[in-house]
Amino acid sequence: MEEFVQHFINGISLGSIYALIAIGYTMVYGILQLINFAHSDVYMIGAFTGYYFGNYISRLGWVTLPSWSAFFFTLACAMLVCGFLGFMIERFAYRPLRKAPKLNILITAIGISLFLEYTGQIVFGADPKVFPNLLNDVELFSSESGNVRISSFDIVILTVSVSLVVILNFIIFKTKLGKAMRATSFNDTWAALMGIPVDRIISYTFVIGSALAAAGGILVGIKYPKIEPLMGVMIGLKAFVAAVLGGIGNLTGAVIGALIMGLAEQFVVGYGSSTYRDALAFGILIVILLFKPAGLLGKFGVEKV
Amino acid sequence: MKNLFTFTSLLFALALATTACTKKTDTTSQSSDEILVGEFGSLTGSEATFGQMTNKGIALAVEEINSAGGVNGKKIRVITLDNQGKSEESVSAVTKLITQNKVVAVLGEVASSRSLAAAPIAQQYKVPMISPSSTNPKVTEVGDYIFRVCFIDPFQGTVMAKFAHENLKAKKVAILTDVKSDYSVGLAKFFKETYTKLGGTIVSEQSYSSGDIDFKGQLTNIKTAKADAIFIPGYYTEVGLIARQARQIGIKADLMGGDGWDSSKLSEIGGEAVNGGYFSNHYTSESKEPVVVGFVEKFKKKFGETPDGLAAMGYDAALVLGEALKKAPDLSPQAIRDAVAQTKDFQGVTGKITINGERNAVKPAVVVKVDGTVNRFVTTVNP
Repeated sequence: MEEFVQHFINGISLGSIYALIAIGYTMVYGILQLINFAHSDVYMIGAFTGYYFGNYISRLGWVTLPSWSAFFFTLACAMLVCGFLGFMIERFAYRPLRKAPKLNILITAIGISLFLEYTGQIVFGADPKVFPNLLNDVELFSSESGNVRISSFDIVILTVSVSLVVILNFIIFKTKLGKAMRATSFNDTWAALMGIPVDRIISYTFVIGSALAAAGGILVGIKYPKIEPLMGVMIGLKAFVAAVLGGIGNLTGAVIGALIMGLAEQFVVGYGSSTYRDALAFGILIVILLFKPAGLLGKFGVEKV
Repeated sequence: MKNLFTFTSLLFALALATTACTKKTDTTSQSSDEILVGEFGSLTGSEATFGQMTNKGIALAVEEINSAGGVNGKKIRVITLDNQGKSEESVSAVTKLITQNKVVAVLGEVASSRSLAAAPIAQQYKVPMISPSSTNPKVTEVGDYIFRVCFIDPFQGTVMAKFAHENLKAKKVAILTDVKSDYSVGLAKFFKETYTKLGGTIVSEQSYSSGDIDFKGQLTNIKTAKADAIFIPGYYTEVGLIARQARQIGIKADLMGGDGWDSSKLSEIGGEAVNGGYFSNHYTSESKEPVVVGFVEKFKKKFGETPDGLAAMGYDAALVLGEALKKAPDLSPQAIRDAVAQTKDFQGVTGKITINGERNAVKPAVVVKVDGTVNRFVTTVNP
């Protein structure tokens, strides 16, 4: 039983990281019907921004590592940098192709993804880097037998993910910007006719989605302190599967899908064979596409994002 | 139509320019007072320190050979290609070295999977290839042109199994294997065979794939199995993370591994968690043998760091090749191959090297204990 609880905790912790990345996929899809393959590489850039920024501020002596201020500074910096990167990607790679067939823009997305990965290998070097120790890992809870443990990282990751999702939900459902995003997602031509600056709204979507991916990068960095330019490939695919599982285009769906993915992975490792871990992610994708092509919460043709 | 024409002519011009270039480099590289030796390795990629350290070892050895007069008056020049830690890149690197650079022999790789990918090419062109530190037995089974100067995994597995049984007195051991790596799978298998023969029990067998970052599921299972020690025959990148997560979920068991742990990055990635881990290695820089002391001194002077096992293996591999080049009656691949095969009692940094009938070296192994960035010598195990 204790083992089950531990697997459960591990799964939620992993799932909440998938969720941050899955949200980016789902937001962009909801508005543009585009699968933004470069998203997982924006996440990688986020982690590397954290790496350089974290090391930089500690060397300058602005903050001492590990500390909360270092964590939040780095998080904010990475989110800003990646938000800007997301904006640039949309502005220069996707916007010129907005009126082109969907396939062109999809291939461009793959191109951008490869571009970022291999530029990363040249600029950062292809060998793994060790993420700076921004936060101390403290054991918050341990059962008497010591078989169930919750560390502060698990809580930090969950809290940061949940609060970002809550903020995002607030933006989308309670603000004017969110209303405009929903309108654009519903029908961009009509939205434009109603006076909504569609281009700017799409830019915002990319900025927000990329900033969330950066947060994911930082959280992964503090928990698994090994980062490399190709780190986004696998996790990006899994987050994408999570988004599809929850119903791509649906925010709550992405979060639920991500948690299911995280839990399923941990339970396969725990009670099945650890070899089938990655096979599971894609197995889920196939099953979902067969039986519920729109995903768990997705509906065809209804409001997205 | 006009566009197409311009495009084709441009392409044609480009093709011409490239061939012209290759020809040019070819003529310059074929100078008669040089012997070209190829090296391929992971200078970048996830196991970058493997390739970099091996490269430094080779560079030091070649420098020594050349300053001592070279090979019968000719200088050795090493052409190094980076395979980014990928098997497919290894294939193209070795093909390029052999067909374009026309090297007389190839040195590489550290990781068995990548040596296994490249070996068939060397064998096909009948160019001798010496792997410094690929320990999987299958590597030299590829053909009679493939050699290695290190011990093989059946021996390494035995060393660690005996160590777990006799020195650590572990009754129950869990194994965590990297299923993507030939090295890891092989080493785990040989460890298990010997350890169960010695009377120990394998309580849990878990696996992961290189590149994974989360190992908590596997480790939770190992924890429930109450293992006394965990054998992780992986590479340092993942081992660091595994050690960290093992300590996070409260595993106190000893951690053990093979020569894939040998990297200065291990303690960087694993932090305090890897301290106290044991692994088998080719040599120890703490040895008091004059050969080793001299090598460590020269290496430190040239590169400013302590050579790890892979640097020592690179050094030895280059020396063995240099020796063979000197002995060979001419520089034909056949002659070089025969000369390498006849290597006997060659005093390298990592011990006396004798190439046996299977083209492997038979040598003792050491077990070292991780203590921060230093690996403390624990014991030597003879074959």
